[in-house]
Amino acid sequence: MTLTETRNLTMRERFVATVTGLLESDPRVALVLADISADAFADVAKRHPDRVLNVGIREQLMASTAGGLALAGMRPIIHSYAPFAVSRAYEQLKLDIAHQDVDAVVVSIGASYDSAASGRTHFAPEDVALVDTLTGWQVHVPAHVDEVDDLIACAVWDGGRHYIRLTENAAPRITLPTSGNPRAVVIAVGPTVANVTAATRNLDVEILPVTTVRPFPADAVRRAVARAATSDLVLVEPYYAGTSAHEVAAALTDVRHRLLSLGVGRRDLRRYGSAAEHDAAHGLDVAGLRSDITGFLGSSRRMRLA
Amino acid sequence: MTATYQDLPRLMSAMTGDEKHEPSATSTLDVLWVLYDRVLRIDPANPNDPDRDRFFLSKGHGPVSYYAVLAAKGFVPPAWLPGVGSFDSRLGHHPDRTLVPGVEISSGSLGHGLPLAVGAAAGLRAQQSQSRVFVLVGDAELDEGSNQEAIVYAARAGLDRLTAIVIDNSSSTHGWPGGIARRFEIEGWTTQTVNGRDHHEIEAALTAKRVGAPHAVVARVEPKWSNR
Repeated sequence: MTLTETRNLTMRERFVATVTGLLESDPRVALVLADISADAFADVAKRHPDRVLNVGIREQLMASTAGGLALAGMRPIIHSYAPFAVSRAYEQLKLDIAHQDVDAVVVSIGASYDSAASGRTHFAPEDVALVDTLTGWQVHVPAHVDEVDDLIACAVWDGGRHYIRLTENAAPRITLPTSGNPRAVVIAVGPTVANVTAATRNLDVEILPVTTVRPFPADAVRRAVARAATSDLVLVEPYYAGTSAHEVAAALTDVRHRLLSLGVGRRDLRRYGSAAEHDAAHGLDVAGLRSDITGFLGSSRRMRLA
Repeated sequence: MTATYQDLPRLMSAMTGDEKHEPSATSTLDVLWVLYDRVLRIDPANPNDPDRDRFFLSKGHGPVSYYAVLAAKGFVPPAWLPGVGSFDSRLGHHPDRTLVPGVEISSGSLGHGLPLAVGAAAGLRAQQSQSRVFVLVGDAELDEGSNQEAIVYAARAGLDRLTAIVIDNSSSTHGWPGGIARRFEIEGWTTQTVNGRDHHEIEAALTAKRVGAPHAVVARVEPKWSNR
């Protein structure tokens, strides 16, 4: 495959290509599917029928099978739409992987509302918050398609428990603006970096892009805050707003700071449409972000106390 | 320590005991003893041997008989038995695989052992292992729908190194009209129903050679509630 072809692939296609390569090269790697993406793995499944398992529409079993494979010494990967991979099988992720003290890699697609026209049943704004309640999971939210191959390969090779959240609405490659004397820090998780960059044009903030959100990059946040003129922070996450607010608080326990947490709201909008329309409805589009961020930066504590 | 079946009551009484769990603990005693005494290829001196057989106690409540058998077979020091369920004990009312030598899964929540056993059997097959995987569930535990997912898939995947043992003490609230074995048979398992107190019947059902399909052994014991 040439580089030009590679560049046009989606995150899901990059996942398929990377995991196919891992299955071909490492006899410990096993993939468990619950029908989603099974067609894309049909060829490698024919070559390795004992390590590519499609259990049908049985997400509980998918997660438990991963736990059993790991107990038998394998390195399992499981995959589905985020609501089915995480919230539907939450108890299995909790007990059959983490509580058994074994490891697996969970790769989801669909993000918070990629399939906007499908409605709430296919949305997963809660996934990272749920995984955050489990013990010892790393959480990766790639922004760009080009991050996917290395994230998955490293997660599989390195061991441990990993949740990798893919989206069909990846950010383009972005050159971050440099600010000599930033007034505040904007933490942009995963693909939110695209809209955050556009929304903060000329606002004199430091954008801190984050792909691996668990473990939380506390040191990087502390260093960015130390560089800024104030201790004002904005946290922008492409799933439930405030999911990582407790991590920011823990990173800055000894620093007086203000935090604005932006992300997907809790209300079930009962809307279909497009992901861009849902971004706008949750204030995650360029206009919404700019409005919230400028409002926050303009409301200093001193002004409000006065 | 290597003890006999006759030593089990003494080992069980060494635990402080939990009356609530007592009936279900003893419903499994004979199957557990036959497994560890006559069936499983395991060695307490090498409990992590990758080629060992696996036994998953899915029905993790009522583990007193399990701990007694593990003590009798040299996995658990008898000194650990007093104080089961206390803060400093490695032996809880539900077993933890990270705390107890010989315990293959941490269980307690129902409906997890059989799906885990499916994954373990698939993983061992992928490594060309000859190890067998045994999982013990209860008839009431089959109420959990996760078991149905595993029953269907295990048969379609032809996991013939997998044996499910169902201890049937008639405790399922809504029951299994047509019998428990039928639920497995219809999906393609081989099945056998035995007297869960008869050691020869249990041993024969667990050691018979099977090819191409997983095997379910329904071990019938006294009803949990005699007034039903």
